[in-house]
Amino acid sequence: MSSPVSAIADLGVAALARAIAQGQFSSVEATQALLRGIEARRDLGAFLAVNPDFALAQARQADQRRVQGQAGPLNGVPLAHKDIFVTDFAASGLPTTAGSKMLAGYASPFDATVVTRLQQAGTVTLGKLNCDEFAMGSSNENSAFGPVRNPWNLQRVPGGSSGGSAAAVAARLIPAATGTDTGGSIRQPASFTGITGIKPTYGVCSRYGMVAFASSLDQAGPMARSAEDCALLLSAMGGFDERDATSAQRPAQDYAALLHAPRPGATAAQPLLGLRIGLPTEFFPAALSADVAAAVRGALAELHKLGATLVDVTLPRTELSIPVYYLIAPAEASSNLGRFDGVKFGHRAAQYGDLMDMYKKTRAEGFGPEVKRRIMIGTYVLSHGYYDAYYLQAQKLRRMIADDFQVCFQQCDIIAGPVAPTVAWKLGDKADDPVQNYLADIFTLPASLAGLPGMSVPAGFAASAEGAGMPVGLQLIGNYFEEGQLLHTAHALQQATDHHLRAPAVQPAPVSGGAAGEMSGQMSGQTSGQTSGQASGQVSA
Amino acid sequence: MALTPEDVGRIAHLARLQLSSDEAQQMLGQLNGFFRIVEQMSAVDTRGVEPLSTPLSAVQAVSLRLRADAVTETDQRTANQRSAPSVEEGLFLVPKVIE
Repeated sequence: MSSPVSAIADLGVAALARAIAQGQFSSVEATQALLRGIEARRDLGAFLAVNPDFALAQARQADQRRVQGQAGPLNGVPLAHKDIFVTDFAASGLPTTAGSKMLAGYASPFDATVVTRLQQAGTVTLGKLNCDEFAMGSSNENSAFGPVRNPWNLQRVPGGSSGGSAAAVAARLIPAATGTDTGGSIRQPASFTGITGIKPTYGVCSRYGMVAFASSLDQAGPMARSAEDCALLLSAMGGFDERDATSAQRPAQDYAALLHAPRPGATAAQPLLGLRIGLPTEFFPAALSADVAAAVRGALAELHKLGATLVDVTLPRTELSIPVYYLIAPAEASSNLGRFDGVKFGHRAAQYGDLMDMYKKTRAEGFGPEVKRRIMIGTYVLSHGYYDAYYLQAQKLRRMIADDFQVCFQQCDIIAGPVAPTVAWKLGDKADDPVQNYLADIFTLPASLAGLPGMSVPAGFAASAEGAGMPVGLQLIGNYFEEGQLLHTAHALQQATDHHLRAPAVQPAPVSGGAAGEMSGQMSGQTSGQTSGQASGQVSA
Repeated sequence: MALTPEDVGRIAHLARLQLSSDEAQQMLGQLNGFFRIVEQMSAVDTRGVEPLSTPLSAVQAVSLRLRADAVTETDQRTANQRSAPSVEEGLFLVPKVIE
């Protein structure tokens, strides 16, 4: 049965915007089709809240704007936001939870800047996406509202912390999603689910309205199915915002134009002629999984064929980036999460004695185990007598790591390597050992600490029985504000390969479901009660 | 130097977290496991290196932006208190702090 649903679900951002602009179908039709798809895949656990009424109202407005000739660049394109971006509850009916019991049902009085900008570009917000609690995690198993499953294999994690975003885009529920990346939370789930995601330079996207984890590292970015779609989204999301004290004061960028602009001296067959790609020896250790190594080497060979020169470089403090990151990020988190005291918003314990008791019980009940661990680490390394030995030493090493990159960028234009040492692991495999999770972040942490832009581009699929055909991502790291060059390189690779076009086959649901579009069973991640079967048939097409 | 159960209790108090004895026990093991990978950091000679607190300052001078001292926000009390656990007549309610 070839239904328009699957046709619309297969389209990316650029194609959807074009089709809606040309009147092939309306934004309302696209929105209805995707809402049906979301309803049918509750088994993934990707969505925490969906509001069909709000989505369809936005879609109708987008269709009106088209008729009136007032359409923005992404007019009518449906997408969804990681539940770390606050959404105005009065306007959208969408709560903001950050994946935490602490914020269950939280009604934000305003929209995040990234949400506002994407709406101004014409997009339609379908809902909010599951994530690790306060974006702390690399498997999405730390969400208070249940895990997210990887659409390529439902027994495996989708990565994290932007796991709901990655799973929903990979499963063709939505063409694109927003994500945030503190130590790899856009790149690693993009790699684990075979999609494309970019974390821009620190300061490109406003942090206003992003629930704060580690403020000197947090950065928003788009997750989609191609570099071209990411470029369109980033152009809309990014740019200076006076409400963010660390927003970069630069003129607005047209990343799609940069993506398409030919390199000087390049040819059609060799669009990357003259591009020097640095391969840090430390990113290719003996312990790297053979599946990851083979796919990454394959993608690098492809980039070489496209004209790029591969050069060996070194990032000698790659391994040190793990303790440095896992001291700095928890230190900032322990400070940021001090605001959750049960007074002005969020959870408050039901039973307590004095004020101190209220604080302690409220935080004990509201935070999950990983968040508590990080608050403990952060509190300790910032405490009297330990600050110099841990926090200050980590900040000094952070500068040395950033300086190492600048040495590399004298020898190359882009740095490439794997995103993660392995493909997506099975649910529960690392749940009992936090340090094992931290070690797996080794290749994404260095660029995060330096504040450099990094992206994950589909490189291929695991060939071994153990790898079970799971996707592998190639990481590209650029110098500050070189997002255009990263996107241009990724686009060239995607013109020559089809890894990014492959979609996971729909597998039988692990729990018995009803007819298509009407999954039975409760939705563990449901916080709002907004998702309902009323998505279909409410508005005539 | 490994953390002791007393250290965990002291840190939990600073962090305003109530930990059950099981939780504290597990936390102790996990924190000590984590600080073992931190050890390699202390061996690095960082004398003379400026700490990096915000990433762009690695390559450019970063200064705090100032703005005009003007009112930009309107009263949003009702919306802002919508998610408050306990509110009365526009005030946040907390346990008695002054006897």
